[in-house]
Amino acid sequence: MSDKANRQSEALLSVRSLSVAFGTGDEAFKAVKDVSFDVQPGKTLAVVGESGSGKSVTSLAIMRLTDYTGGRITGGQVLFRPDGGEAIDLVKASDARLREIRGNDIAMIFQEPMTSLNPVFTVGNQIAETLILHQGLNGREARLRARDLLQKVRLPDADRLLDRYPHQLSGGMRQRVMIAMALACNPKLLIADEPTTALDVTIQAQILNIIRDLQAEMGTAVIFITHDMGVVAEMADDVVVMWKGEKVEQAPVRDVFAAPQHPYTRALLSAVPRLGAFTGQPLPKRTPVMVMDGGVAKPVGGTHEQDTADYTKPILQVEKLTTRFDVGKTFFGRVTHRVHAVEEVSFDIYPGETLALVGESGSGKSTIGRTLQQLVEPTGGTVRFDGRDMEAMSQAERRRLRQEIQYIFQDPFASLDPRHTVGYSIAEPIIVHGLIKDSKERTRRVHELLEQVGLQPQHAKRYPHEFSGGQRQRICIARALASNPKLVIADESVSALDVSIQAQIINLLMELQEKRRLSYLFITHDMAVVEKISHRVAVMYLGQIVELGSRRAIFENPQHSYTRKLLAAVPIADPQRERAKVRIEGEIPSPVRPVGQEPAIHRMREVAPGHWVAIEADSLRGAA
Amino acid sequence: MAGFIFKRLLQAIFVVLAVTLIVAFAIRLSGDPAIMLMGGGNVTEKDLENIRQALGLNRPFLVQYLSFLEGILTGDFGKSFMGGTPVSMLIARALPATLLLAFASLITSIILSVPLGIYAAVNRGRWPDQLIRILSLVGLSFPNFWLAIMLVLLFSIVLGVLPPSGMEGPESFIMPALTMAVILTATNVRLVRTSMLETLSQQYIMVARSKGLRDRVVLYKHALRNSAIPLVTYIGLQFGGLIGGIVIVERVFNWPGMGTLAFDAISNRDYPVLQGTITVLALFIVLINLLVDIAYGLIDPRIRTE
Repeated sequence: MSDKANRQSEALLSVRSLSVAFGTGDEAFKAVKDVSFDVQPGKTLAVVGESGSGKSVTSLAIMRLTDYTGGRITGGQVLFRPDGGEAIDLVKASDARLREIRGNDIAMIFQEPMTSLNPVFTVGNQIAETLILHQGLNGREARLRARDLLQKVRLPDADRLLDRYPHQLSGGMRQRVMIAMALACNPKLLIADEPTTALDVTIQAQILNIIRDLQAEMGTAVIFITHDMGVVAEMADDVVVMWKGEKVEQAPVRDVFAAPQHPYTRALLSAVPRLGAFTGQPLPKRTPVMVMDGGVAKPVGGTHEQDTADYTKPILQVEKLTTRFDVGKTFFGRVTHRVHAVEEVSFDIYPGETLALVGESGSGKSTIGRTLQQLVEPTGGTVRFDGRDMEAMSQAERRRLRQEIQYIFQDPFASLDPRHTVGYSIAEPIIVHGLIKDSKERTRRVHELLEQVGLQPQHAKRYPHEFSGGQRQRICIARALASNPKLVIADESVSALDVSIQAQIINLLMELQEKRRLSYLFITHDMAVVEKISHRVAVMYLGQIVELGSRRAIFENPQHSYTRKLLAAVPIADPQRERAKVRIEGEIPSPVRPVGQEPAIHRMREVAPGHWVAIEADSLRGAA
Repeated sequence: MAGFIFKRLLQAIFVVLAVTLIVAFAIRLSGDPAIMLMGGGNVTEKDLENIRQALGLNRPFLVQYLSFLEGILTGDFGKSFMGGTPVSMLIARALPATLLLAFASLITSIILSVPLGIYAAVNRGRWPDQLIRILSLVGLSFPNFWLAIMLVLLFSIVLGVLPPSGMEGPESFIMPALTMAVILTATNVRLVRTSMLETLSQQYIMVARSKGLRDRVVLYKHALRNSAIPLVTYIGLQFGGLIGGIVIVERVFNWPGMGTLAFDAISNRDYPVLQGTITVLALFIVLINLLVDIAYGLIDPRIRTE
């Protein structure tokens, strides 16, 4: 008891029974209900939850930034003790007092590095602004200090960076600038709202390292808002789990992972794809997903090995596929630069097989998908589908190919027409390809498809906005299946979904594969998802495949240095595990090159049957 | 940037050429200036022919047009058919009056619409926003000639505080500039409001607030510049419409500007004066739009580097 009281009095921040609502009267939406937690000086508290759990609203409410989003704090206290002395209740503090605290004692980092810096001011200007405001520095002093801060977040060439504009920097660099800006005044508390979610995994690893190092150096307490249990395991001392606006569990990080108490926490953890969970297993496997049903977690689905691939004859053969885009023209319209999006990429996909195409931004993985779907014209190479050369096809054959290859996009919100019913969107490919002429028959087919993806026939009459993200992705899958395709290209199709939904959609995709002998080209950056779903994996880097092999070969015996780096960068949802010793450094290079400077094409070496690895410059030197 | 400006200048030359060609051609379809000059009295075909000869109107259209272009290059727009005053002199007298009026109304509208638009955006959905939007709709609904007459009635006839017409002293600017500014403000307020709403929902605005900046700094430093591009674009476009509107307003207030000059030239089929005024106005519109393009780059660094 006295121990607990002690802890409370030491707390840097005590959130007490905080409630936040949007709107007024009966229609008010209670986003946060009666949430309490403490943050100890220098420690990291992770607040986890899925979309709609209220975690982001909580993070905004601490500094009362909800005032600007139409939210109202309807009850509770936010007690902040900047110097361990008298606590200030931020809920009741005056605007002037709050402004003194914001950016000075409490700073915040947001999710989207691409949009959290003001595009019209230089980096130096934006960092200096905080210093001038809170520390009373003059312009010159602030600039010098800003330069030091940029060096602290390990940005090279800090002097020149000061005069750069945000659009001239990559996402990772912008997030470092954001961190530099947040830490400018040595805040006591840093609130980081999904700071690495929008970043590539190797960049994420670097950003997490920087936050951890600076936290240790400056003694900053951190509230880390995230949905990623891997990041939680790597960063947190304590964890608060939020669900539907309420705190359902709070415990030290090890306890949360080892002995989750609340059914929701258990469901959440069971849904998290864990890298290495399928080690030693030759085939991908469907596993039951825990789904919350009236306050209890219930397992859904069974365990099935995905023994669907038929390796006699490939359905898709891609050979030396090259796709380039012209960018940058001189005054006279001569091309000066090209994006070398895809360079001489070759792979096959077999019936019933899932080939995962993994890589980070700019690796060309999405361009391959778009080229296959004929959304982009290839610059060179051949694509054969069912033995037929795509280039030699007539217009009619090409249209038919669009029926046989279907696409599921990343964003289920943007890929359904909001002005058409869901039934219409699903029926459209059937109409376009003239598959079923009779309209009654067509309606029956739409209903059947909806049932196959786990929805109900009566949903056909509804509009997309009436569905959740996961349901919309199911609708997109139904639409993709409407034309009876043989190959489905899934481009980051589960990346935007909450993990529990993600696990269900992955199971659905695998189930449909078994029923319909579908082939998938599964394009993603998420290694853990790849391990679960794919038969074979191709790792892409800068427009080329650097390693291609069976799932086991890639995950259990990675040969290429980039594959290893990618695997090492993935945060593992296991706090007991030793943190990887490898320091990941460096930006992802740009695929844009001046005309005439063609990239060198890697030669591939077969290290084991079906396991191909690009020969690296180092090993070449070693051989010589 | 230099390449960009050069490209735009080339385009501008073609635009002005096209405008002059269309104007020169179209006005010749509208009737014979010789008949206008003779006042429709007792004239023989011989007299008319003499006049045409004297004015050079008997030459083929292309020759007339080319000699007009040749004149432009040397700054010589020819002489008015009415009284023989050099057109360049007429323009030199009328242009400053029109430009002063145009800029006075434009600046008035910016001074009014930017704070009002921002205020409406910040108070979105509440009564100040509703009020500003209703006022803007009212402003849009007034025809400017009607508004001009009402202003004259009120300020000159009833109150007797402002001169009803002419350009004498700064107070003579108030009514014509206000007439033009009302409609400009009404559209610009909506533009600023919409554009601000868009900007205010951006993440970097929340970041600016999380830094502890005052509302005023967040709005006028961080948000306004990001909202300015649509406004600047629209002002460039408005300038063309402004010139059109000025013809009417200048008539009502008897303002000695380009609008009056052009109007009289059309009535009298005074080819040289009309060609001259339209060419000069077209040049200005093209120039303003070039400045707008340059302004983009100054406002937004992302456009600068492209």
